[in-house]
Amino acid sequence: MSGVQHSPDAAMPLDTARGAHGVQPALWYTAALALLALLLPFLEGVPVIGWLASPFQRIQLTYGLVFSIAALAFNLLLGYTGLLSFGHAAFFGGAAYAAGLLVKYLHVYSMEGFLLAGLTSATVLAAVFGSVCVRYTRIFFSILTLALSQVLWALALKFFWITNGTDGLSIPTPILLGGLVGTAGDKVRFLSFTYYYYVLFIFFICVAVMGVIAASPFGKALQAIRDNEVRAQFVGIGVRRYRWYAFVISGAFTGVAGALFAPLNGLTTPDILHWTFSGKIVFMTVLGGFKSFIGPILGGVAYNYLETYVIKTTEYWQMLLGIILVALVLVMPQGIVGVFAWGSRRERRNR
Amino acid sequence: MPLLFAQGLRKSFGETRAVDGVDFFVESEELVSLVGSNGAGKTTLVNLLSGLLVPDAGSIAFQDTDITAVPVRDRIRAGIARSFQLVNLFDQLSALDNVRLAIFSRDGTTRQVLRLAERNRPAREEALEVLRDFGLEDKWDTPAAGLAQGERKLLDVALAYALRPKLILLDEPTSGVGTREKGTIMDAVAQLVRERFLAAVIVEHDMDVVFAYSHRIVMMHQGKVLAEGTPEQIRADERVAAALLGKA
Repeated sequence: MSGVQHSPDAAMPLDTARGAHGVQPALWYTAALALLALLLPFLEGVPVIGWLASPFQRIQLTYGLVFSIAALAFNLLLGYTGLLSFGHAAFFGGAAYAAGLLVKYLHVYSMEGFLLAGLTSATVLAAVFGSVCVRYTRIFFSILTLALSQVLWALALKFFWITNGTDGLSIPTPILLGGLVGTAGDKVRFLSFTYYYYVLFIFFICVAVMGVIAASPFGKALQAIRDNEVRAQFVGIGVRRYRWYAFVISGAFTGVAGALFAPLNGLTTPDILHWTFSGKIVFMTVLGGFKSFIGPILGGVAYNYLETYVIKTTEYWQMLLGIILVALVLVMPQGIVGVFAWGSRRERRNR
Repeated sequence: MPLLFAQGLRKSFGETRAVDGVDFFVESEELVSLVGSNGAGKTTLVNLLSGLLVPDAGSIAFQDTDITAVPVRDRIRAGIARSFQLVNLFDQLSALDNVRLAIFSRDGTTRQVLRLAERNRPAREEALEVLRDFGLEDKWDTPAAGLAQGERKLLDVALAYALRPKLILLDEPTSGVGTREKGTIMDAVAQLVRERFLAAVIVEHDMDVVFAYSHRIVMMHQGKVLAEGTPEQIRADERVAAALLGKA
């Protein structure tokens, strides 16, 4: 019972601190991308990359960053612990609904309030779901997570006097940092500038914290459980308990993403609780590459562009996404990151 | 009382009595070899002692405490570690991380969530030292899956050793490796028993290895202890010779 079997020679090291050759360029790319993201709103009209800086594109990127947080959190379970959850919509949607209910019943419009409510509800949900699900692994784990999340979806659909059913709950423009930064003006300006920075900042925090978790002794223990459950037990790791910890942490960060999503979308509908949304999170993670830490970040951003533009081109967009997923699994199981790694290996060999 | 003392152990799988009323003990700093043909019950006995299996009957005491029904983690904490006949490693993790994980777990630092593993210098140094003890220091950065069979066997033993046990159970540590590597593995183990004052139970098929390294030999046959004694006594025992040739 060693869970997910990977082919190790093809695997990118999950540990980003490893491999003296790989680190330096990767760090530079990361720093360059972070800088680009920080300066983006001021690059409108700049040749070559100016188109990326338009308000529409910045809002797209904000969606992408939100999805990236969810995919990263999801990958703590898939890539690091070897558990494939098909229920992460519950934590994402649960957090978004928590924000919606906060508005509806308590008339709270504070973004920090949304985040706190989202984080708390997702953590509690993950703690409860996790206590049931981590008793199992592989397909049984996946089915259980799916089933439990579907219960939540059904509740959101049926308790319409609370959740407004399929109409969903509307989320007004929130107050950021207790009104410290201005939220006045039009919605597009808010989302593409103020909220863009807000999400970017939280994104950086989440990446840093999850990066440390992944490279911590705890993170190593998760990888050990993924690689060999029996041996993990025989070096003294409480396998089930650590799976539960991983589940709760993963759910909590997914909740942060869900809370950030709520005002961005302006509406929370049951479809972000549906298992197909869990499937999207799986898709993003596999697209980016679940065997590396940064893969899901690229996957989250790339998926959002993919969906946005594929929807525009054809009404059969779901079929097209399905074809892409199949091609992905068959041709590039390492995802986008795998393609980059392959490219840089070739380059090094040619030198 | 000996370090480990087991009485009347029984374990059946269906109709098969894998271990059938075995009394077994290990003294401190003793290297005991378990020998016998395939199916004699050696691995089952090790599985019972290490907690992978629960006995149908009998009792096991370690340092005068009953551990018959104690879960694996608590046995490890008490000081019993084991290696595996079929190598059990964390294949995607480097050799260093494999050993380091045992150290983290032993020290209870796997609970550290917001501290980089790399920042724990003492753990790193100790892990490198363990790798050096087993001649694997050059391979510290290699994923376990990328090591040669002999190296994987060594790393498997190194993981158990890194837990700093009082008793180490080694299930065929030299099976499936070349003759020269057998010597390397057994020398490493014997040296650790000598210098670090630990006790070891070794399941072994190679009688040359057994006679060369053991303090005491326990011979099993069809789930029972057939003979027991020093290498000289066992060498002189006719029943042992007969059983080894498959005539008993």
